[in-house]
Amino acid sequence: MDTFLQQLVNGLTAGSVYAVVALGYTMVYGIIQLINFAHGEVVMIGAMVAFTMINLLAPAGMPALAVLLIGTGCAIPVCMLVGYSMERFAYRPLRGAPRLAPLITAIGISIILQHLALLVWSRNVLAFPQIIESRTYMFGGTAITNVQIAIIAICFAMMAGLALLVYRTPLGTAMRATAQNPQVAGLMGIDTNRVIALTFVIGAALGAVAGVLFGTYYGVAQYTMGSILGLKAFSAAVLGGIGNIPGAMLGGLLLGVVEALGAGYIGDLTDLCQYGVFAGTLEACKDGGNFVLAGSNYQDVFSFLVLILVLVFRPQGLLGERVGDRA
Amino acid sequence: MMPRKNPWAVRAGVLLVAITLAVLPFALAQVGTAWVRITNYAVLYILLALGLNIVVGFAGLLDLGYIAFYAVGAYTYALLASPQFGLHLPFWIILPIGAAVAAFFGLVLGAPTLKLRGDYLAIVTLGFGEIVRIILNNLSRPVNITNGPQGIGGIDPFRVGEFSLASPQELLGLEVSGPIKYYYLLLAVLLVIIVVNLRLQNSRIGRAWEAIREDEVAARASGINTTNIKLLAFAMGATFGGVAGGMFSAIQSFISPESFVLVESVMVLSMVVLGGMGNIWGVILGALLLSFVPEILRWTVEPAQMALFGRMLIEPEVIRMLLFGLALVLVMLFRPAGLLPSAVRQRELTARGQGELPERAT
Repeated sequence: MDTFLQQLVNGLTAGSVYAVVALGYTMVYGIIQLINFAHGEVVMIGAMVAFTMINLLAPAGMPALAVLLIGTGCAIPVCMLVGYSMERFAYRPLRGAPRLAPLITAIGISIILQHLALLVWSRNVLAFPQIIESRTYMFGGTAITNVQIAIIAICFAMMAGLALLVYRTPLGTAMRATAQNPQVAGLMGIDTNRVIALTFVIGAALGAVAGVLFGTYYGVAQYTMGSILGLKAFSAAVLGGIGNIPGAMLGGLLLGVVEALGAGYIGDLTDLCQYGVFAGTLEACKDGGNFVLAGSNYQDVFSFLVLILVLVFRPQGLLGERVGDRA
Repeated sequence: MMPRKNPWAVRAGVLLVAITLAVLPFALAQVGTAWVRITNYAVLYILLALGLNIVVGFAGLLDLGYIAFYAVGAYTYALLASPQFGLHLPFWIILPIGAAVAAFFGLVLGAPTLKLRGDYLAIVTLGFGEIVRIILNNLSRPVNITNGPQGIGGIDPFRVGEFSLASPQELLGLEVSGPIKYYYLLLAVLLVIIVVNLRLQNSRIGRAWEAIREDEVAARASGINTTNIKLLAFAMGATFGGVAGGMFSAIQSFISPESFVLVESVMVLSMVVLGGMGNIWGVILGALLLSFVPEILRWTVEPAQMALFGRMLIEPEVIRMLLFGLALVLVMLFRPAGLLPSAVRQRELTARGQGELPERAT
């Protein structure tokens, strides 16, 4: 039970970050039916910019919170600019082109951003300096750190903020209208190009913060971090129903939990020595040894498996209405 | 089809190309054996690109995990002809096995994804490729099968009796090195595969793929068994990948999961897209360009940087990847059908709506 609760807490922390990144995918998909492959790289750039600033400022003896805020404050505009430029120069000219074209462009942008980051920051891992004093709170046998609490809180606040923006403001109404029918939205006086650009920019800003949080949680940032994080977040978006904003949030949290529980239990479940048939026959099982088929090093496989299973059995996702073969 | 030309001119042209290809390795060997190796890898990439072209170009199914089949072929060869298990089967037995195993994996990937199209398919295939790589990376415990990240070494070269393709030989007074022998083998395989591709393209199956790519519902309505035809595309593409993988294993004599990362899939895709999806000659051109240009850059950019700045500012590897990314973006923006477009694809990719947003699935 302790393992279960502990993995649940860890899963929720990672999952809330996935959820925020997944929002970036789902908003863009909802509005122009494009998988923005490069979104993961935007998140990575956010983390790298913030970490560079934090590493510059940390030795100056400023309070930790100020350093973090300045770092994130620098990352957000950079990511917004990146998000805007890719929409403006790579995707907008392809509006109305067949689906394959912007998708391939997105893959290209992703490679370009990743290797530009490699040029700027080299292959080295940027470490997060020890500026936050880590405190651990115990609830029964479950440990939760102040960093985890902060990450979960910030992510939920951002999700709530985005929900307010989309469902309670004129801009949100315009976004939903454009998603439903761009032509009619245009006829109603909505500048659809502007709305689409803003969607990219908002997604990128959320991604920047998510990148900082993710980097802070694991203590490192590297130019390759975007691709796997992006894939997981995309899986989360699909799990919840792509194009559906509450779906992305639910999908992210679920995926984080599934992944953490999977990593926590797969080693025990695939230990053949606990099954009678093998226990007697396998050499390794003697003297209380074990024979683990798959350990937690398969963690990254879970998100892909979830993704494939969802697409095969429920392509519209948990909360979605869209169907997979629309794509 | 091609317009009729003077048959003698065509024959002379073919003869000229044949002679060039035959003499090429000896000319390259004068510059350096490294260039013969580079040429061999370029031919391997052409094989891969032609295989992926069946899936992406002919059938219109975007596959981002194609390198997984290459990995399956390579690992099948490596496991059956290396000290890893002490097996040393001859290549003419292993290559068909490798092709069959890869085809099986093609079906494994194809079957659950039949319903999916476009971007969904892309992401599932991407996940599939990563799963294969992660598994290869971790199959060293509890039973050591793939030797994990260390990879498998000491893989047998292609060998018939005493004649090994890896060792140099004196032939008619000419020094024939290992890579040169492999070059001729690869060239022969390439010719076979080009012929197979050309025949496929205009066959009943080829036209069925094209029909599915254009409009799946209409294709089904016209009596095409879309399920089987799509699975066939996956299996066929995978088979080519598997054969190429086996040859890669033998030539390289060492493989590890690092050779089969996502970037490789993207690279092969870039070749297909740059050259022209669906056009065999275009795909070959794309593969040649993206194989050789980075190598040429490597040989020019490095010394140029050393001379100008006294140190390496930009690694050639980074330039290569930036080039791939740029190729994808620029081709899609300015020449969406590729450098040598296939006639049908060009019509399809340039027929854009008048400033309308994509509303319907293509």
